[in-house]
Amino acid sequence: MAKAKSTKAKSTKPAGKPAGTEDVEDLLQMYEQMVRIREFEDKVNELYTSAKMPGLAHLYIGEEAIAVGVCEALNGDDYITSTHRGHGHCIAKGAAVDIMFAELLGKAAGYCGGKGGSMHIADQANGNLGANAIVGGSAGIAAGAAFSAKRLGTGQVAVCFFGEGALGQGLLYETMNMAQLWKLPVIFVCENNMYNEYTHYNETAAGTLAGRAEAFGIHTEEIDGQDARVVNEAAKRLVERARKGEGPSFLICNTYRYHGHHVGDIDRAYYRPKEEELEWQQRDPITILADWIIGQKLSDQSVLDHIKADVKSEVARGAEFALNAPYPDPSEVDTNVYA
Amino acid sequence: MSTPNGNGRVITMGQAIKEALAEELRRDPTVYVMGEDVAEAGTAFKVLKGLVDEFGTDRVIDSPISEPGITGLGVGAAMTGMRPVVDIMFGDFSTLIMDQMVNQAAKIHYMSGGKLKVPMVLRTTMGATRRSAAQHSQSLHAWFSHVPGVKVVIPSTPYDAKGLLKTAIRDDNPVVFFEDKMMYQLKGEVPEEEYTIPLGVADIKREGSDITIVATSSMVQVSLAAADMLAEIGISAEVVDPRCTFPLDKEALINSAKKTSRAIVVDEGYERYGVTAEMASVIADGAFYYLDAPVKRMGAMDVPIPFSPVLEDLTVPTPDTVFEMAKTLCGAN
Ligand SMILES: Cc1ncc(C[n+]2csc(CCOP(=O)(O)OP(=O)(O)O)c2C)c(N)n1
Repeated sequence: MAKAKSTKAKSTKPAGKPAGTEDVEDLLQMYEQMVRIREFEDKVNELYTSAKMPGLAHLYIGEEAIAVGVCEALNGDDYITSTHRGHGHCIAKGAAVDIMFAELLGKAAGYCGGKGGSMHIADQANGNLGANAIVGGSAGIAAGAAFSAKRLGTGQVAVCFFGEGALGQGLLYETMNMAQLWKLPVIFVCENNMYNEYTHYNETAAGTLAGRAEAFGIHTEEIDGQDARVVNEAAKRLVERARKGEGPSFLICNTYRYHGHHVGDIDRAYYRPKEEELEWQQRDPITILADWIIGQKLSDQSVLDHIKADVKSEVARGAEFALNAPYPDPSEVDTNVYA
Repeated sequence: MSTPNGNGRVITMGQAIKEALAEELRRDPTVYVMGEDVAEAGTAFKVLKGLVDEFGTDRVIDSPISEPGITGLGVGAAMTGMRPVVDIMFGDFSTLIMDQMVNQAAKIHYMSGGKLKVPMVLRTTMGATRRSAAQHSQSLHAWFSHVPGVKVVIPSTPYDAKGLLKTAIRDDNPVVFFEDKMMYQLKGEVPEEEYTIPLGVADIKREGSDITIVATSSMVQVSLAAADMLAEIGISAEVVDPRCTFPLDKEALINSAKKTSRAIVVDEGYERYGVTAEMASVIADGAFYYLDAPVKRMGAMDVPIPFSPVLEDLTVPTPDTVFEMAKTLCGAN
């Protein structure tokens, strides 16, 4: 824990609501979104390994609580920027799985007409300014979106998702500096899944992760990224701060990717132990939230099962839609180069 | 034909650029200027001096020394409703911002299938002969011209600079605007009234019939001086200024070469793999059967620009070297 939770934390609950009371709708919504990401990605894995999907796929499985916990604290028109591991952020921000599948398969019906693919999905209608295949590459874009939100007085905030690998990139520190100087409403969300591709972050990051943002005087929190409730609470706090003009923040979410760096990364023993993988899978974000919901008797297993079944068929339909969808017309190749 | 009449009002290129920015800042509240020392100092070249007085530090913004950062902020702000003008002091520093320009700004519209737009202008400088040595003297416009998704403007007169910059700010694409730092004091006629110049339309700076000299930025002045010298020996040179490397007015280049049957392309970027190669190829391709001689290229010598004045002056085309080249090409030796 870098810093104690700010005293403003509890004020994020609607007035009159006793602290600790959970809104069941919200929890079920988070559950559903996490399941949607998981099911989507399982399907991606299947499509990829059966050679139906071109390109690369970086699965987010295991990290769902972060995208969902953060995005559930945002409004539809708040901005996010995302990474090469971006499916989770995209879904959590409201994207439809069928159109996402279409994009992943390079089909005309995809979010970007098949021109972006897995690593570049942008969904402007939901404030998603795009996944980004350059590690750390979107820090400026997120801060720029926050800059324009502030200048235009829209009240929007911007969230910059990135992996801990991006902490090696200078752009991040340049934007943190400006964000804090100018109190921009941007939240830097570091998804620390511990591996920069195939290298443990202990070998790539000197000092502490939190210390980086703290050096700029940026409000920093480090939390358990497997617990969607914890992530969501933190995100609400930080969003609130940002909207009130209190400036940027840095949220470190500790997490783990269950799969390889990308779908093809199957032989992983040389860089991380099997036991470690199994250990982390004991702290599965979907199970953690489900257990909480059931344990608190906020809902029951049949409701969760129902949600899951619905999502499963939605994902199956979405994939089917995309597989049957036409490719872009060849005439599209040189459109959209210039606006 | 040649730069329209400015109704007699003469200002410098620096003033023209400042006027363009001031007018656009006044016209559109989403326009802002950000860069190192742009506000009180009015940039390292003093070009924007006084702009902050009218528009305040919210719109003319001093930034940290963070070229990738301010470029990235520009990209994000442009995607979300602003029209940023990002000021990069020396074009040489564009080495630092290539990811933000090449992989982000230039790609976003295409990768998003047309959903997102990046209406931003990157203002930066080019040009040698300031005794600034190798890290402050390059003309790197070819780098940006190489990348689909960005437009590149290289004006040569105050009139052009003003009209093109205003258009660039209103353009919905990332536009890189190169100003030759030796030309800020160059004077020319600029009308009081509002005007814009479309991107991608060349301007014939001097009409002629014996040889075409395609020249960019400061090389326009160099080539005009060479044309004067050529006139004295009876050679009539036409000087064509493309004004933008992209969009490139291919027709204008080809038509002029067809008319004169000889062409030289003069640019201050490095000669190898440079802007001149592209333009020469366009002419060779489009006017092949009209040409009486191969198209010749002249650019900065392929060396880091040296500090010593005697050396530096050797590295870029001059009126004398352009004159010599034209004379040879016309068989007038
Ligand atoms: C600038 C840049 N350098 C290298 C790469 C290759 N690359 C892609 S993902 C990755 C690792 C990123 O690790 P991290 O930021 O921790 O994100 P994670 O994959 O763990 O989600 C690397 C090195 C890249 N895409 N961009």
